Amino acid sequence: MSAPTTEAPLQEHGGGDVRSSRRLRQVRELGILLALVLLIAATTAVNPGFLSSQSIDDLLLGATLLTILAVGQTLVVITRSVDLSVGSVLGLSAFAVGTLFVSFPGLPVPVVALAGVLLGAVCGAVNGALVATARVPALVVTLGTLYVFRGIDYWWASGTQINAADMPASFLGLGRTSVLGVPVPALIALGVVVAAGWYLRSYRSGRELYAIGSEPHAARLSGIPVDRRIFGAFVVNGALAGLAGVLYAARFGTLDATVGSGLELEVVAAAVVGGVAIFGGSGTVYGAALGAVLLTTIGSALPVLRVNAFWQEAVVGLLILVAIGMDRLLAVRAARRLRGGESRGA
Amino acid sequence: MVPDVSTPTTGEAAAAPRPAEPRSALRALASARGTSVIGALLVSVLAASFLVEGFASGRNAGFVVLDIAAIALIALPMTLVIITGEIDLSVASTLGLTSAVMGQLWVAGLPLETIVPFCLVLGAVLGAVNGLLVTVAGLPSLAVTIGTMALYRGLAYVILGDRAVADFPLSWTGGATSRIPGTPIPWVAVLILVLALVFGVLLHSTAFGRSLYAIGSNDEAARFSGISVGRTKLWLFVATGAVAALAGVFWTLQYGSARADNAAGLELSVVAAVLLGGVSIFGGVGALPGVLGGVLLLGTIRNALQLADVSSDTLSIVTGLLLVVSVVAPNAVARMRARRPGPGAPRSRRPGGPDVPRPFSSRTER
Repeated sequence: MSAPTTEAPLQEHGGGDVRSSRRLRQVRELGILLALVLLIAATTAVNPGFLSSQSIDDLLLGATLLTILAVGQTLVVITRSVDLSVGSVLGLSAFAVGTLFVSFPGLPVPVVALAGVLLGAVCGAVNGALVATARVPALVVTLGTLYVFRGIDYWWASGTQINAADMPASFLGLGRTSVLGVPVPALIALGVVVAAGWYLRSYRSGRELYAIGSEPHAARLSGIPVDRRIFGAFVVNGALAGLAGVLYAARFGTLDATVGSGLELEVVAAAVVGGVAIFGGSGTVYGAALGAVLLTTIGSALPVLRVNAFWQEAVVGLLILVAIGMDRLLAVRAARRLRGGESRGA
Repeated sequence: MVPDVSTPTTGEAAAAPRPAEPRSALRALASARGTSVIGALLVSVLAASFLVEGFASGRNAGFVVLDIAAIALIALPMTLVIITGEIDLSVASTLGLTSAVMGQLWVAGLPLETIVPFCLVLGAVLGAVNGLLVTVAGLPSLAVTIGTMALYRGLAYVILGDRAVADFPLSWTGGATSRIPGTPIPWVAVLILVLALVFGVLLHSTAFGRSLYAIGSNDEAARFSGISVGRTKLWLFVATGAVAALAGVFWTLQYGSARADNAAGLELSVVAAVLLGGVSIFGGVGALPGVLGGVLLLGTIRNALQLADVSSDTLSIVTGLLLVVSVVAPNAVARMRARRPGPGAPRSRRPGGPDVPRPFSSRTER
């Protein structure tokens, strides 16, 4: 799989020179990592208890759901789509898991977990079919399915609530078991990140997702099955949202129809902070995962830093703006370098 | 490793996919969509009047208006923003921040006659921040307004925390929901109508309004034809912020309570109403009457279902389905038409077949 090294023509919108864009991405991810390290260092300096093993576990567990969702969202956003329905899918899947345990107390845990993931995949398939076959903008479709899935969730729950007591201890223990000192959900999230990163990097269909996002029309002309790829990205994203729902049920145990409300924007925010361009064609799942961890860490660091917890959301907003501003700066500078410093004719 | 997808950035490639002829057909379709929304509105009002007890009363009509007032107000400038191909998701947070500031200033002892103008100016400033980031810094509005959505909502919490300020004078709170003497229609309907007229005239009968469609269709071409794209978009964001602040003032007085989490999630309802009214998310297409129809349709259906004792969960299913169908239907029609082979018609694949592909091809071609 060697890329044909052609003379890259001048590009207005980033892209173009592969090597420089890869370097940009590495700079980008290093930047987030640096911010994360600085944040943790500063917080630990103020309060040494911040890095005790207990709170590392909390951090990892807290970041788990957001990381998994951000990875799925990245696959979709790379293809120049977006999926706003993930919060609703997570809620639906979590409630389905709880309901299965209540209705069939004898079911083995893996079967129920698989059912939750499959339900998410079905929701993703609905989104993907609408976006890919009906060629409707993803923003609109997934805004619609956000309401529809949430409505189904409400209708199904009809005001009831499922409690931890209704679920088997082995399932609820998932969040508290550790392998080599790392909680199992965090290991699952790590597996998801590595698998998705490997797929995007090394598989032809993974590379094609980037091609679709950079220039859908060119991708179509070069023979890439655009609709099928976009559909696939939505299905995988739905399945991952379903997985997140299963993990949510295992961790929190208390389930009602409001689980995961409003989560979608936090997920998009994590991906954007992680350097995934909102108009597709660039970004990595590692960046998105780092973005998710950073957002979660901010949430738990603020109280330790004695900052009013109400600042959290404002800081997240600022972070998003800084992130996209930096991307823009880097892109402009890269474009200028590619043009050999000549100014654009007005 | 990396697919070589470098395309020439000349306009030829970008202009190729859409021949001119279907474009005008799309235009016609879109306006038809606006009309069909108004048709759907009339049908649902008639149906609800016959089927739902207590729907067809003046008092109930007043309730519908009060229910959708904030969405209707914000949907007006939002229509113009979306027509230019941008979007503003921070409107509900602007509303919340305005509400929080209003509460805090009231606690500080300022008179409402001072607070309200201040809040409107604040809204305009918040909108200007969005606009500057989009036009001067050249950032995508979707990402920017997701950022400011979190930022403004966060600032609202910083200002008011989880407290609620609810001791506004009755003359103001009652005034917000009072009705025009002798009719069941609340005064806010007049406000909505006046603003709708202002934005409608601006959009449909001025050169400025025409330029919005030009920007939405192709902002590069608009720039070359002498339209100051950046300044136009900036003012639209300012207007959206100011109207969202107005909605925030009204919301606070209507419910008699200033809270940081007021109208959380309203941005999605506003966008849904605008898209339902036949405005294309890609810009360049849409009309204000259709949007008003979309807002009223949402309000009517929700109100009728509530009166008919349908649970609120069904409401969100209906809202979502309406949105999806309103967008899928015209597309499906357009594709059916495109299938008839004509000169220059784009060759499309088999439309809409339930061809379920295997999500992953496990082949790795090394």
